[in-house]
Amino acid sequence: MEYVQYRGGVGMLAWALHRVSGVAVWAFIILHVFDIWLSGVNPALYDDVLALYASPVGRAGETLLGAALLYHALNGLRVIVMDFWPAMTCYHRQLWYLVWVGFVGLGVPVAWVILGPIWTGGG
Amino acid sequence: MAPITRAGRPRPAGGGLELAVWYLTRLTGLGLFVLALGHFLITHVVYDPAVQHAKWIVDARWGSLLWRTVDWLMLTMVIFHSFMGVRTVLQDYTRGALRATLTMGLYLVAIVLFALGTLAVASLKAPVP
Repeated sequence: MEYVQYRGGVGMLAWALHRVSGVAVWAFIILHVFDIWLSGVNPALYDDVLALYASPVGRAGETLLGAALLYHALNGLRVIVMDFWPAMTCYHRQLWYLVWVGFVGLGVPVAWVILGPIWTGGG
Repeated sequence: MAPITRAGRPRPAGGGLELAVWYLTRLTGLGLFVLALGHFLITHVVYDPAVQHAKWIVDARWGSLLWRTVDWLMLTMVIFHSFMGVRTVLQDYTRGALRATLTMGLYLVAIVLFALGTLAVASLKAPVP
């Protein structure tokens, strides 16, 4: 098993980033389900947490979270394609580059919107 | 026959529950591609985080039964997908008693979180439409 996973190169990097981004999103989900639960039982405390999310540090964190989520989602599609269409494994490298095209194309504009209020003074 | 891919976890050859988890991870992954990315776009691009007070959740997001259903579906999928994913990570790096203990702890956190999330989405008082 380790032999399959640790061949090195593009495939291993794609796999390692998938794992790290997945664990990062999992950790945030524990926090996030908890804070949404707070919104019902203690709205005032939830609003304090929200102020943290809307702060410059919070926005930087959300941009990182979005990056992890977007990479995991796009590379996850790549994994599914190769799982159900094994012949595509020959093109795993090209598929990974396609993941990055989507990542930059979708991620940069979204990061711009999230981070914008830091400079324009909103939020 | 498990095709060797360099991408994800190989398809379990034994069948049964492990194979079901493998398929469900991919199925929920597809669902979350739409639901989780959509959720992130709604909460960060369509609306700014600064406006999403507790009252806003009641008035705008969960004033509708449809959105509560969508969000609960997302909760269900994300709890399964993320906790089963972390379980795979645990299986890769731990053995024996440590693995058993951590896996049980993981399942416990998953159940508590699913209950909290379900409680939140089901019990929040919304204005009568």
